[in-house]
Amino acid sequence: MAGPLKLSGGPGYRARLRALGLVAPLLIFIVVTFVAPLGTMLLRSVYDPVVADILPETLELLEDWDGRELPPEAVYAAAAKEIERAGTERTLGQVASRINRVQGGLRSVITRTGRELRDIEQGPWRESMTAIDSIWADPATWYAVQATGERFTARHYWNALDLQRLSDGSVARQPEERRIYLRLFGRTLMISGLITLLCLILGYPIAHLIACSTPSRSNLLLILVLVPFWTSLLVRTTAWIVLLQTQGVVNEFLVTVGLISNDGRLAMIYNMTGTIVAMTHVLLPFMVLPLYSVMRGIPKTQMNAAASLGATPRQAFLRVYWPQSLPGVGAGALLVFILAIGYYITPALVGGSDGQLISNMIAYHMQTSLNWGLAAALGGVLLLVVLVLYAVYERLLGVERIGLG
Amino acid sequence: MATAKTIEILTETGGKIHRDTFSDAVGKNNNNAHVEFRGVSKSYDGRTMVVKDLDLSIRTGEFVTLLGPSGSGKTTILMMLAGFQAPTAGEILLDGRPIHDLPARKRGIGMVFQNYALFPHMTVGANLAFPLEVRRMGVEERRERIERVLRLVRLEGFADRRPSQLSGGQQQRVAIARALVFEPTLVLMDEPLGALDRSLRDEMQYEIRRIHRTLAVTVVYVTHDQQEAMVMSDRIAVLREGVIEQIAVPEGLYEEPTCSFVASFIGESNQLHGRILGTSEEDNVYEVDTGGEIVHALKVAPCKVGDNVTLSIRPERVKINPEAGRYRNEVNATVEDLTFLGNQLRVRLATCGREDFVATIPNIVGHGGWVTGDSVRLGWTTVDCRALNHE
Repeated sequence: MAGPLKLSGGPGYRARLRALGLVAPLLIFIVVTFVAPLGTMLLRSVYDPVVADILPETLELLEDWDGRELPPEAVYAAAAKEIERAGTERTLGQVASRINRVQGGLRSVITRTGRELRDIEQGPWRESMTAIDSIWADPATWYAVQATGERFTARHYWNALDLQRLSDGSVARQPEERRIYLRLFGRTLMISGLITLLCLILGYPIAHLIACSTPSRSNLLLILVLVPFWTSLLVRTTAWIVLLQTQGVVNEFLVTVGLISNDGRLAMIYNMTGTIVAMTHVLLPFMVLPLYSVMRGIPKTQMNAAASLGATPRQAFLRVYWPQSLPGVGAGALLVFILAIGYYITPALVGGSDGQLISNMIAYHMQTSLNWGLAAALGGVLLLVVLVLYAVYERLLGVERIGLG
Repeated sequence: MATAKTIEILTETGGKIHRDTFSDAVGKNNNNAHVEFRGVSKSYDGRTMVVKDLDLSIRTGEFVTLLGPSGSGKTTILMMLAGFQAPTAGEILLDGRPIHDLPARKRGIGMVFQNYALFPHMTVGANLAFPLEVRRMGVEERRERIERVLRLVRLEGFADRRPSQLSGGQQQRVAIARALVFEPTLVLMDEPLGALDRSLRDEMQYEIRRIHRTLAVTVVYVTHDQQEAMVMSDRIAVLREGVIEQIAVPEGLYEEPTCSFVASFIGESNQLHGRILGTSEEDNVYEVDTGGEIVHALKVAPCKVGDNVTLSIRPERVKINPEAGRYRNEVNATVEDLTFLGNQLRVRLATCGREDFVATIPNIVGHGGWVTGDSVRLGWTTVDCRALNHE
């Protein structure tokens, strides 16, 4: 049997196989370093089997519990047995920290209960556990146990959005003092938007200048734009600290000139200002390069043509140049904005307390509080925001580009 | 006194006759210089002059072509007139007024660019509306003008297309329409047909000529294609290294070139080098020794006996084996090569110290049956043999 549909053999098949072989390293690399971690992270944000694995019987019995009154003795018995076993197997800490995130203050109670249960041979378990700590006589405690026992759960996402699931199953906002993430998301978006705008205002004229210069001069200017890429991020950030700190170059200069008094030195670093200044500097090339590549494609005769037709420089810019540079503006803004909302190191170094972005909070949950589920959920929300932005960009400028042919 | 005259143009599309009126630029002030360059020089780097001491006067309604090889300064002249470059010295007058301090947008000159420079993000209609909108023209008049100019360039119904959806020739028509829609009296064209293929170029040459005759606007046209210049122009200025070598009507350039550069740049010409032996007939004819043959040539460049000159002879003015005594110049030659070109026969000959002397013979009675190596006699008149500066 011969023909184009033949699946194996023949030169076409071999060529395809060879092509696949050539892209295979990259494919494997992407799967291992990108797809797999991303998948793991997203899975972790909704899947947490630890409590369900350690307290299986307790959770099974709790399914019949109505949630209002105290659970029956059988639940206490199962819980006592499983908590004691977890205590001896040294897995109780994982359970305690997870339950603690739903209901604060339970961590120490649970670990203590695990220790003290070893000395108690038999029931009634309800009295024994209540004797260890009265909190076992509170239905909320059991609700917390039940909530953390779900293998697949949306509670990390509720948390990431400053919401909580109440014991009756309804979703409500967190109490005022515990709402942090939405405000942080808002601040991250706001700062990123501001940085994008600054990059556009600073980068547009430079990109135009580079696009209009002679080749040798535009090369030089491009190198100057790219120099920040060639120095270490730490060096760049440290340079900003040297410039902006209280005893730094800028403050010293302003005091010497007499614009500010010695006591009135400006706080320009370790706060939001520091984050904005340093990140604008770091991200500027990502705005300039797409702008430059689009502007280089706009013939110089376009502006001459507009002038010959009677347009003022302003009209020529607004109606002829700007619309044609929009794909570059869109690409640059998208790139800078997406990089900015996920930026970690610069805000961590110069952000102080009010210059922290959502990624710093993710890092905190990864490294300090060890709440990986919440960290993953925050990352998932961030990913969603990026995808929405990308879709908006496609909608606005993708369509435009189709129109241009 | 200038009177506002209009001209009427009838066009027919789909059995419908349109009567369009355009302001008549010629009627306003004919015979006056519309554009005048007075001692204009231009240098970009302060050392080399791209345009040297240019004097040029263009009459209202005239079609003047600046013709020259690349680097001859023709585009620079156009850019100075359009207002995109400032002259280093001298002044440019438009309708008798100096325009050096007038920015391009206030000169009211229509310009057609080499690569059309249409706005790719706008439709054809929006492209055409642009110069009218910046002039704050009303919607109704705008629409009318756009329709009218689209009829003029024969692109009715294309207003909603994007430039990228048009062919090269159509884009060119849009570019011309856009340069005309605000009714300028002067239109500049910078090699507008350079990007088109041969047959389309012929068609567009005809179109541009038709539009020029219809509207009677003044056109300054830049090209490096001598045939294009011949087809379209009222007058052609041949430029070399920033200097006008000769400016004349097309026939004048061809028949009476005043320098060997023009003689070889416009059409084909045989150039013979020789030394003047003597003059005759009240100094109007030189006797020239060229490669051992004595040739009588018409005096064009003033020279003395003993000077070197270049003789220019058009290939079609050379007669092979003429009747004896018919021509004042008769020389011996050897046939080197024959090329049959359909309507004519090209004969390459060795004579007068050259081996690439060309004679063309119209294919009226077939070719003469010569073969390579034949000895023949060549004849031409004194008038067709012009003695030009030796270079």
